[in-house]
Amino acid sequence: MAYRLIGKDFVPPDVPGKVTGRIKYAEDYARDGMVYARLLTSPVPHGRVVAIDASEALAMDGVYGILTADDVYPDGEPQSTGLKVLTNEPTLMGEPILAVAARDEKTAENAIAAISLTIERLPFVLDPLDSLQEGGENAYNGGNTFIFRQGFAEEKWTADQVASFRSGNEPTAEAQQSWEYGDLEAGFAASDFVHETTFSTAGYPHMSMEPRSAMAYWENGKCYLHGTSQSLSAIAEPMAAIVGVPLEDFVFINEATGGGFGQRARAGSIPSMAIPAKLSQKINRPVMMRVTREEEFTIGGARQGLQGWVKVGFKRDGSMAAMDMYCVSDNGGKGGGGDANSAAAGVSALYQTEAMRFRNTSIGTNTGHRGAQRGPGENQIMAIMAPIMDKAAEELGLDRLEIRKLNAAQNGDVSGPRSTPFTSAYMPEALEQAATQFDWEGKKGRSRQTNGTKVRGLGIGQGYHNAGRSGMDGLIRLMPSGRLQIHNGVGNLGTYSYASTSRAAAEVLMMEWENCDVVTGRTDRHLPITSPQDGSNSIFTNTRTCFGAAQDLLAKMKEIAAMDLGGDPADYEIDGSRIYQIADNTAGMTYAEVAQRGMELGGKFTGEAELPEELNTLTALSVSRLAGTGLMGIFHDPRHNDNPPGFTVTFTEIELDKETGKFEILDMVTVAECGTVVHPQGLANQLRGGAVWGIGLSVLERHLYDPQNGLPASSGYWQSKIPTYLDTPAQIGTGWVDLPDPENPVGARGIGEPSMGAVSAALNAAISDALGGHLFDTAPVTTDMIINHIAGVSEEATPLAQNNFRG
Amino acid sequence: MNPKLTRRRFIKGVIASGAVATSTTIWYAANGQARPAGAVERMIRININGQMRSVDVAPQETLASTLRYKLGLTGTKLGCNRGECGACTVLVDDIPSYACSVLTHSVKNKRVESVEGLEAANGDLHPVQQAFVDELSPQCGYCTPGQVMSAVGLLRSNPNPTREEARQGMAGNICRCGSYDSYLNGVMRAAQIG
Repeated sequence: MAYRLIGKDFVPPDVPGKVTGRIKYAEDYARDGMVYARLLTSPVPHGRVVAIDASEALAMDGVYGILTADDVYPDGEPQSTGLKVLTNEPTLMGEPILAVAARDEKTAENAIAAISLTIERLPFVLDPLDSLQEGGENAYNGGNTFIFRQGFAEEKWTADQVASFRSGNEPTAEAQQSWEYGDLEAGFAASDFVHETTFSTAGYPHMSMEPRSAMAYWENGKCYLHGTSQSLSAIAEPMAAIVGVPLEDFVFINEATGGGFGQRARAGSIPSMAIPAKLSQKINRPVMMRVTREEEFTIGGARQGLQGWVKVGFKRDGSMAAMDMYCVSDNGGKGGGGDANSAAAGVSALYQTEAMRFRNTSIGTNTGHRGAQRGPGENQIMAIMAPIMDKAAEELGLDRLEIRKLNAAQNGDVSGPRSTPFTSAYMPEALEQAATQFDWEGKKGRSRQTNGTKVRGLGIGQGYHNAGRSGMDGLIRLMPSGRLQIHNGVGNLGTYSYASTSRAAAEVLMMEWENCDVVTGRTDRHLPITSPQDGSNSIFTNTRTCFGAAQDLLAKMKEIAAMDLGGDPADYEIDGSRIYQIADNTAGMTYAEVAQRGMELGGKFTGEAELPEELNTLTALSVSRLAGTGLMGIFHDPRHNDNPPGFTVTFTEIELDKETGKFEILDMVTVAECGTVVHPQGLANQLRGGAVWGIGLSVLERHLYDPQNGLPASSGYWQSKIPTYLDTPAQIGTGWVDLPDPENPVGARGIGEPSMGAVSAALNAAISDALGGHLFDTAPVTTDMIINHIAGVSEEATPLAQNNFRG
Repeated sequence: MNPKLTRRRFIKGVIASGAVATSTTIWYAANGQARPAGAVERMIRININGQMRSVDVAPQETLASTLRYKLGLTGTKLGCNRGECGACTVLVDDIPSYACSVLTHSVKNKRVESVEGLEAANGDLHPVQQAFVDELSPQCGYCTPGQVMSAVGLLRSNPNPTREEARQGMAGNICRCGSYDSYLNGVMRAAQIG
């Protein structure tokens, strides 16, 4: 279908503000009378606050107040995992215990130094397997795991069971979580090549560029909170609940977010924003809480580490007949994360495994707060699976591209334990397009070619994520000026989907983009509910809502025209500025005139009557506050069917130096299969950015913890090894299949997360290829691991170990 | 690689910087510096974005603090405040410098340029800014002012860099969104139109 706006580049309205520095992040705001909060954080990885004596601090000149966990939770802290606003039961080094507000940060720091904190040091643990073993320490006060609707529990294996797993064997203990489909036994029996191995993937921090600073003040009973999030409107209601204020008295202000990557999607992952809000309420002054890089590391989240065992069987023709997977997931200090389940579901989706079993046990450690991080689970496991696919191809005498094509998801395919159909799937086309763009046929002969100390390696990777939701609302207004106001609650964290999804509304109404305003940035601009901007869902979810709202508006425009000019609404058409009779286009009204007429009519035309019954709470509140201010399009999106996938394919070529273990990425091409392309530049950015993240996962990023004291050693950018310009290729090729998905009105699906997984897979496969097919079965594969392998030195690290000083 | 951009040189500049102090409300509040006694209090004048600005400067005050909390130039971002990320990059006598790690006293006889100083009087964007818009270089945008300033500094010392030279020249700026490729596209476009 030919679109006027969809599929075209444009300048999102916030970009000039980003290049000039004018756009404001939370820390850029100030209020008269503003005071500053600093945090007293846990000095131990696991402890219990016994006493806090702040009398001396509170007597200091310039100190305005203190906030403790007892203030936040007067009835006691919730006995569950998850970050607390403040805590008396830290399970994480650096977890906030209290906050002090003072006239300046130095005074606040001095006050904190004057506080007497008595804390009972409790045993800590850094590795889930250490905790699982009988007699091992527990990360939480009530055990080492948290079971939904049951609470804390203790999960222990015998020493022999742990040792056997560490030795590379299938775990024998019963798993907490499992699912299965197909006939696993028959699948392995039918396999000509079976590969069995243990594997590990490291956890590592999100490290968004903007620390989660926040500023809050109260005015006329309302709380105004300047913060950071991945979705303005999805976070509003739960954040108001955390602050303890009714939704109608809560204003969340968030013009721009300096990176999210999964950890700012939900209020529960950024409860620290409530600290300045509650302090401000207590001392009746605006409070700014600037968060340091180290604090951001601590409470800013981390990817789950996985320690697992897989057994994969392939038939003679290369089809994946059976996959058995058992994971021990590192839930970190505050619980959270469902990476293992997503990893297994991802394998099922990408490789169309005929029979599959998944088992998982989640265990806490006193390490970083875990939660969703860009492609949680799928992106780790693809880095493990891609070299295994290559091994299977080699053993079965197949081309590496062909084995992937054979197992690729297509229209009509299903995946996962419920055999959920894809809304559409074009993985073979994506593989073919990427192979052509990369020139696989021309380059594949260079695999393992040596030149002095250098050796070439080629890799193919695939990425997947479920990439679309529904059930949200759309809200737009046609104003008497003739301008279209598109209210959009999607966060502004750099994907530009808050703007690109809005263009679906302009598309329906055939309006020039210049005549449209995206209304966003703060909740008192009255936004509709959106899904949290995570899970690569925004493009799918919010084009549906914007499209639906525009259709509602268009129907109202036609109804008004028919009412005033005669005939039936179906007799009318639009051209972007006028609505006119199809039979006589001189009979019509301008958009401005029809908006004015709608306001005269009121009622359903202006949001004062006949609202969709299913509107979400926030949307209903926004509509009530906007009622009568324009001709309104309001839409509640019904649930869609099936699984809208985001797929990617990456081809890469590296040159690895066998003397140093280092390598250079010579070429990298990533192709997206994400339905209709809505915003080409934005898509290319997601592919390139995802590539950088994939390189980080594959070879660089990690958590480092001091095993003696549990101290984090990777709280900065350099230690946690965020990829830089010099770690990434100077140019990354991009492309897209661009075939529409039937469950989205403009055919679009999401892509942000799989863009990373394909690269992590391709790079690990290329390293393996350069080393003659050696399988590290881990991510990241660091330089020292490569050089140790080349030198024939056995791994110094304990098998399956993570969160230690390896690498 | 542009030899002016090394980390060593920039750290050296910090160590060599001087120490004096004065007073104003916002900065002292943000940074918690006690108001110094009158004997050491001193106004200094700094050339910022082509204007001589009188400003109170404490001995240990960083340029990033001065810009953000005294002069209201919040375009300069603090990503790490420890010399790792480059979000606070400004130009000091045309040299990209981490403002979080430069003492303000060390720049009192120098020209400081922040992102706010790049637009023309008529509102036209600087070629680097325009190129970054055209290439949609930013993602979340938090590192963007620093990337802009590094690119401006690079192109002043090397107006026609190769892509590899640009990559090396920009290497002091981290972008967690991973928009490096798009920033390099912007630098190369700016070199063409600049």
